[in-house]
Amino acid sequence: MSTLAAAVIEAPKIEYGELAPMLLIFGAATVGVLVEAFTPRYLRKSIQMPITVLSMVGAFALTVWEGFKGVRSAAAMGAVAVDGPSLFIWGAILLLAIVSVLLINDDEHFVAQAAAVPGSAEEDQAISEGGAHTEIYPLVLFAVGGMMLFPASNDLLIMFVALEVMSLPLYLLCGLARRRRLLSQEAAMKYFLLGAFSSAFFLYGMALLYGFAGSVDLAAIEKAIPTVGGQDSLLFTGAAMLGVGLLFKIGAAPFQAWKPDVYQGSPTPITALMASGTLIAAFGALLRVFWVALGNLDQQWIPVLWAVAILTMIVGAILAITQTDIKRMLAYSSIAHTGFLLTAVVATGKEAQNVGALAGILFYLVAYGFATVGAFAVVTMVRDAGGEAGHLSRWAGLGKRSPVLAGVFALFLLAFAGIPLTSGFFGKYAVFSAAVSGGATALVIVGVVTSAMAAFFYVRVIVLMFFSDPAADGPTIAVPTMGTAAVVTLSAAATVVLGVFPQPVLDLAHSAAQSLFVR
Amino acid sequence: MPWLSILMGVPVVGALAVSAVPKGNDRLAKQLTLAVSLIVLALTLVMAFQFDPSGRRDQFSEIYNWIPSFGVHYAVAVDGIALVLIALAVVLVPIVVLASWNDADRPEAKRSVKTYFALILVLEAMMIGVFAATDIFLFYVFFEAMLIPMYFMIGSYGGAQRSYAAVKFLLYSLFGGLLMLVAVIALYSIAGKGTFLQPELIGVIKDPTTQKWLFLGFFIAFAVKAPLWPFHTWLPDAAAQAPAGAAVLLVGVLDKVGTYGMLRFCLELFPDAAKFFTPLVIALSVIGIVYGAVVAIGQTDMKRLIAYTSISHFGFITMGVFAMTADAGSGATLYMVNHGFSTGALFLLAGFLINRRGSQYIADYGGVQKVAPVLAGTFLVAGLSSLSLPGLSTFVSEFLVLIGTYERYVVPSIIALSGMVLAAVYILWMYQRMMTGPTPEKIKTMPDLNLREKIVVAPLLALLIGFGFFPKPLLDVINPAVHQTLTSVHVTPFTPAIPATAEKKGAGQ
Repeated sequence: MSTLAAAVIEAPKIEYGELAPMLLIFGAATVGVLVEAFTPRYLRKSIQMPITVLSMVGAFALTVWEGFKGVRSAAAMGAVAVDGPSLFIWGAILLLAIVSVLLINDDEHFVAQAAAVPGSAEEDQAISEGGAHTEIYPLVLFAVGGMMLFPASNDLLIMFVALEVMSLPLYLLCGLARRRRLLSQEAAMKYFLLGAFSSAFFLYGMALLYGFAGSVDLAAIEKAIPTVGGQDSLLFTGAAMLGVGLLFKIGAAPFQAWKPDVYQGSPTPITALMASGTLIAAFGALLRVFWVALGNLDQQWIPVLWAVAILTMIVGAILAITQTDIKRMLAYSSIAHTGFLLTAVVATGKEAQNVGALAGILFYLVAYGFATVGAFAVVTMVRDAGGEAGHLSRWAGLGKRSPVLAGVFALFLLAFAGIPLTSGFFGKYAVFSAAVSGGATALVIVGVVTSAMAAFFYVRVIVLMFFSDPAADGPTIAVPTMGTAAVVTLSAAATVVLGVFPQPVLDLAHSAAQSLFVR
Repeated sequence: MPWLSILMGVPVVGALAVSAVPKGNDRLAKQLTLAVSLIVLALTLVMAFQFDPSGRRDQFSEIYNWIPSFGVHYAVAVDGIALVLIALAVVLVPIVVLASWNDADRPEAKRSVKTYFALILVLEAMMIGVFAATDIFLFYVFFEAMLIPMYFMIGSYGGAQRSYAAVKFLLYSLFGGLLMLVAVIALYSIAGKGTFLQPELIGVIKDPTTQKWLFLGFFIAFAVKAPLWPFHTWLPDAAAQAPAGAAVLLVGVLDKVGTYGMLRFCLELFPDAAKFFTPLVIALSVIGIVYGAVVAIGQTDMKRLIAYTSISHFGFITMGVFAMTADAGSGATLYMVNHGFSTGALFLLAGFLINRRGSQYIADYGGVQKVAPVLAGTFLVAGLSSLSLPGLSTFVSEFLVLIGTYERYVVPSIIALSGMVLAAVYILWMYQRMMTGPTPEKIKTMPDLNLREKIVVAPLLALLIGFGFFPKPLLDVINPAVHQTLTSVHVTPFTPAIPATAEKKGAGQ
C-alpha cells in the first residue's frame, strides 16, 4: 500500500495567479486561432484586433498589479521565474507590443494572399478582392507570449520552448510583406534557417550542460559548477554553444548577419516589434543564463563577452556608415546598441554593482525600444510608388516637405546617438556608468568612440532631411492612420520624457533589479 | 528669487512663442525674439547689480534633485567668472537678433524664418545654463545639448558648404564631449561621493595617475571646443559657413565654454594634473597664437580670417588660464568677454559687407571707405580691438595675460608677443585691401550702414572703448572669483584653512 502511494505521481503545483499575464496572452492567441476557424472572413479583423489589444492591456494590468504586490518567486515548480526583472521586462514587452500592434493594424503593410506566387494572377486577384491575413494577430500574440516566457524561464528546457514559441511566428510574419515580396520571403527564409541553426546550438549546449550538471535547472547548474569536477570540457563546450544561441538572438557580432536582411525584408511593423520586443526578451534570457546558470564561471566568459561587445560595437557602427537603405541602417544601429548593452552585461561584481548594471540595462532597453518603434513607425509613413521609400536618397529634403515628421524622426535619431535631453543619453549613461564602476573602462572608451562614429550616420540622415533639396519626384507622406499617429506621438513623448525626467523609470528599473534574479 | 532659472525660462518660453507664430508673419517672430532677448538682458542687469563681488562664491544658488539615482542635481549658481560670461551672452543675443534681421529670409535658407529666431532663443537659454551649472552632469548636458541648435543654424541657414561645416562641427564637438563623458562617469565612480556637485568634488581625487587621465578626458573636450591647436580645424569651416549672427554666438560665446571649462573644471578638480600638463598646454597655446596669426594673414576669405584670428586669441586665453597667476587668470577671463565683443563686432560688420557685395572674398572689395565711411570706420575700430590697441578693452586683457604669464613663464610670453605684432599685419592688411585704394564699379553703389546696423554696432564699440578706459567694474567682479579658483588649485601645506582675504595688489584694485 505504501509503495503504491509513493508511486503516485504528485501533480505539479502551478501558480496560476503569478503566471496570469502570460496565460492571458497565450489564451487570447488560442482564441484568435479559433476565431480564424469559425468566423466569416469579413468579421475576423474586427474581432481579432480587440482581442489582441485587450489581452495585451489586460496582461499589462496584471503585470503592474503583480509588481505592486511584490511577487518575487519561481513559479511552476521553479521552472518560471516571476521576479523583479521578469515583471519589468514583461511590462516593457507588453507596452511595446501594444504600440506595435497599432502599427500592425494597417493592412497596407501585409500581403493579401501569402500563398500566391509574387507577381502572379492569383496575387492580383487576392489584392482586388481586398484579401488580408488576419492570422497575423494570433501569430503576434504567440510571439509576444514567447517573448514573455523566454526571459522568465528558469530552466533551460522551458527557455528552449519559449525560444521556439517566440521565433516560429516571427519567421512566418517576416515573409508577409505586401511590397517587395521576394525580399520579404528571402528574409523569412534566411531568418528561419539561421534561427534553426542557432536553436540547434542552443539545444546541443543545453544537452552538454545537462551532462555536466545532471539538471537543466539554472540554479542547479550554478551550484554544480564549483562542485562537479573533471567535466570541464562538457561545461565549457556547453556554455559556449548556449552562448552562441543567445548571442544570435540579440544579434551580437559575429552572429549579426541576419539582422539587416531580416529588418529590411520584414513588414515594417513586424520589424518594429522584433527590434524592440525580441531584443528585450533575448537580453533578459541572456542575463539569466550568464548571471545565474553560469554565474560561477564569470572568470571564463567575461573575456569572451568583452571581445564580443567590442566586435559588436565596431561592426555595427562601421557597417552602418556604408548603408543606403534606412531599414538596414537602423538594423546596424541596433547591432551597435546591442554592443553598448553588452558593456553592462560584463560589468558584474558585488551585489550592488550587479543591481546597478541590471537596472541600467533595463532602462536602456525601454528607452531604446520606444525610440526604435517610433523610428520604424515614421519609416512606414514615407512612401513612394513601390511602397515604403527605403533608399536614403529618397529622404532628401523631407524636412522641407513635412517638417513635423522629419523633426520627430530627427528626435529619434538624436536619441539613438545619445544626445542629452533625449532618452538615449540616459540609457547610454546608465550602462556606461555601470560598466565603469564594474571595471570595464576600456570597453566604455571603445563605446564612446563607436558612439561618435555612429553619430555620423545618424547625423547624415538629418543632413539629408533638413539641409538637402527635396527630389522633384520625392516620396509622398502617407496620411497617418490613427494608430500610426498615436505610435509616433507616444514614442516621441516617451523619448523626451525619459530624456528630461528619467527618475521614475529609473526608480522602477532599480526596484525591479533590487532583488536580482530569483534562483 | 530663482534668478538663474528665470533667466533660462524666459528664452525657452520665448522660443515656444516664436515657433508658434503663424506662418507668413515673420516680422512678428523677429520682434518677439528681440523683445524676449531684451527682457533677458534687463533681468540679467538687475541680477548683476545684486551680485556682491566680495560675498560668498556661489551666489543666486539653486539646488534641486533632478535624478537622485545618478546623484544628479539641477544646481545653478554664479561666481564672478560665470556672471560676466552670462552677461556677455545676453548682451550679444539681442545684438545678433537685430543684426540677423534679414539673414534668414534669403531664398537658399532651408527652414523658416521663425525657426532661426526660435533656435537663437533656445541657444541663449543653454548658454546661460552652461555657465551657471555647478553640477558637472548638468554642465555636460548643456555642453552637448547646445550643439544641436547651433548645428541646425549652420546647416539650415549657412553658406554653400554649410552641411559639410555643420557635420564637421557637430562630430568634432561630439567626439570631445563623449571623451569627457567617460571622464565624468569615472570621476563620479572614483570619487564615490554619490554627487556631481562641483564644489563637493574639489580635492576629492588624490591619486596623481587618476587625476591625469581624468584631466585629459575633460581637457580634450574643452580643447576641441575652445579650440586649441591642433584641435582647431573645424572652426574656420564652421565660422565661415555659418550666417554672421550664428558665427558671433559660436565664436563669441560657445567657444568660451571650452576655456571656461578649463578654468572651472580642469584646474579646480585636478590641480596636480593641471600643473603636470601646464608645460604642454602652454606650448600648445603658444603654437596656436603664432599659427593662428600666421595662417590668418594668408586667408582670402574674411570670415575664415576672423576665425583664424580667434584661434590665435584662444591661445592667449588658454595660456592665461594655465599660467595660474592672479593677473593671468583675471586677464584670461576678461579676455573671454572682450574677445566676444571684439570678434562679434568684426563678424557682424563682415556680415553687413557680405550682404551688400554678395562675396566673402577680400579680393572682391576695395575703396569701401570712400563710399561707406561709417562702415569702414567701425570696421577699423573693431579691427583695432582685435589687434589690442591701447585704449580698447582688448588691450587690458591681453596685457594682463602677458604680464601674468611673464611672472612664471618668460620665454612663452615673449614668443606670444609676436602674436600681437602679427595681429597688426593681418588686421591692417585686410583693412588696406578692402577699405582703401580705388573703388571698383560694383562697390560704388554700396550703401553705408543703415539705422538698424548702426544700432547693432554702436553698443559693441561703446563697450570696447568704455571698458578700454575703465575696466574696473568687470575686474572687480572677476578678481575675487579668480583668486578663489587659484586658491583651490594651490593646495599648499602652508595655506591657512580659513579663506584668504583678497590680494591688495590684484589688477584693477
